Amino acid sequence: MEFHLIGLGKAVFIWAVALTCIPILIWFERKGAAFIQDRVGPNRAAVLGVRLAGIVHNISDVVKLLTKEMMVPAHTNKWYFTIAPFVGITVLLFAFAVVPWADNLRFGRWDIPMQVANLNGGILYILAITSLEVYGIVLAGWSSNNKFSLLGALRSSAQMISYEIPLALSLIGVFMVFGTVQLGEIVRGQGELLWGFLPRWGVFVQPLGFLIFLTAAFAEANRNPFDIPEGESEIVAGYHVEYSGIRFALFYMGEYVAIVLSAAMVTTLFFGGWQIPYLPTDRIVANASTVLRVLLTVGAVLSFVSAIVFLRYDKRLSGTWAKGDLRNQEGKILAVVAIIFFVMHLVAAIVLWSVELPEWGTAVVAVLAQTGMFVLKLLFFCWLFIWVRWTLPRFRYDQLMRLGWKNLIPLAFLNIFVTGFIILLVERSG
Amino acid sequence: MQLVAFYIFAALSVLGAILMVTRKNPLGGAVALVVSLASLAALFAMLHAEFVFILQILLYAGAIMVLIIFTIMLLNLSREELKEPPVGKVKGLFILAATVVGLVGFIRVLRLLPEGTEYVAPTFGNIEKVGTMMLTDYLYPFEIISVLLLVAIVGVVLLAKKII
Repeated sequence: MEFHLIGLGKAVFIWAVALTCIPILIWFERKGAAFIQDRVGPNRAAVLGVRLAGIVHNISDVVKLLTKEMMVPAHTNKWYFTIAPFVGITVLLFAFAVVPWADNLRFGRWDIPMQVANLNGGILYILAITSLEVYGIVLAGWSSNNKFSLLGALRSSAQMISYEIPLALSLIGVFMVFGTVQLGEIVRGQGELLWGFLPRWGVFVQPLGFLIFLTAAFAEANRNPFDIPEGESEIVAGYHVEYSGIRFALFYMGEYVAIVLSAAMVTTLFFGGWQIPYLPTDRIVANASTVLRVLLTVGAVLSFVSAIVFLRYDKRLSGTWAKGDLRNQEGKILAVVAIIFFVMHLVAAIVLWSVELPEWGTAVVAVLAQTGMFVLKLLFFCWLFIWVRWTLPRFRYDQLMRLGWKNLIPLAFLNIFVTGFIILLVERSG
Repeated sequence: MQLVAFYIFAALSVLGAILMVTRKNPLGGAVALVVSLASLAALFAMLHAEFVFILQILLYAGAIMVLIIFTIMLLNLSREELKEPPVGKVKGLFILAATVVGLVGFIRVLRLLPEGTEYVAPTFGNIEKVGTMMLTDYLYPFEIISVLLLVAIVGVVLLAKKII
């Protein structure tokens, strides 16, 4: 029973992370695009005067998409048309089962891996599950009974099948270096130091593999510069041109979950996953009280500074909106929240200064710190996806195929041979 | 808990197999086959054969994608073409006879199965074991298969070159 409850809790946690990333990514996308194109971006929607620089805009989006009519055009295959949007996102959420987000939680008799399922196949499971993702797109494109949809679906399937090969081949180098395919073990292997100062992250031992993987991951997630399945200048909107309302939104959610999954894979395989550089788990556990105190003090300082920033922002804001509009008071509301946070951090820091943490407390602090590190890295790579989208132009279809088959696959093979050669040399000399 | 999951996936795999045969539209048949194979994969996972589960999804369920693309692109069937020709009397009798013979044979095979099952080691079928076996005991068959696959790839490229 305990086993099932813990498993359920872990599954809920990782799904919550994945799904919470969707609104954050939409916000990143809107504000990032606006920033890169020198615009302001969404800045109107508000709840009780709070706009949070456009995050609140997501709520109005969701309400719009949920209340919109879901059109089902004539001559479509109703059954496949209805289930197709669900296939992509469901399948992708399953893939999160093997992503580790912290070291094992160890205290007393407990030793809980912070990973839903520690499969023997490890990363191969993600590859297998994501290969099913394309069914959602192909079924949507085919059942729409529309030439543009069909073209989008066929482009997408060709692209995904092509780029799965360099994706998987680029990972072989990582397997060779760390000697395992289990994600937990790969992350643990990245905790060591290279030549005494450089973290042994995948990106430092497999730079070429990382580049190939990142490129292929962009193609697998159907993101720019490889978003020809929905190239709007050529085929309207590709496979989801006939969809509307929440079904349309599900495709977008699926795309964002794909980004989160790719970012999680990049983080775990090449950027040390939950590893905090130079701070292995046992050192965090040994100094848990200090770590927590430092974090709380930093939090207190940060919330104090943000309170001042919000108050200055309030002065600038006054009178922007019509009289009686709560949005005029946004700075004051946010400042009050920041001050509450400041007081809470201060109280907690003062209490902790006199109390030593129990054993389970130190373990929880280590897990929390590592989870925070993992989420930070994850968000950075999510932002990278958006950054690239608004920086690079779209590839043409033949360029995409040439890049995949003629450049990436030979490079991936080269990477495998060079990695093998170096491992052999190191083993001979060591 | 496990029993419920087993019955759900077992029913789904049988249902998918039946639908695959009975669907008139080839695309529907291919999708039903995906469901059947994915449920089979889930059954493998429940038996802790994780590597077999992953390969089942990666190779079988992934490869049907190609079937679907063929159905959409190359066949491009219309509704009229999908109508079945009426089954003749001789053909019908033959099908009936084949079904009876098949059922009898199936029951015979079931009787041959030994009572009870033998448990295998938990490491059975994991990646390390499969890899070690392929590169030690079965090295020559493994190499011969890879040469065969290479020949097939070269052949396909050669055939495709003539068309382009």
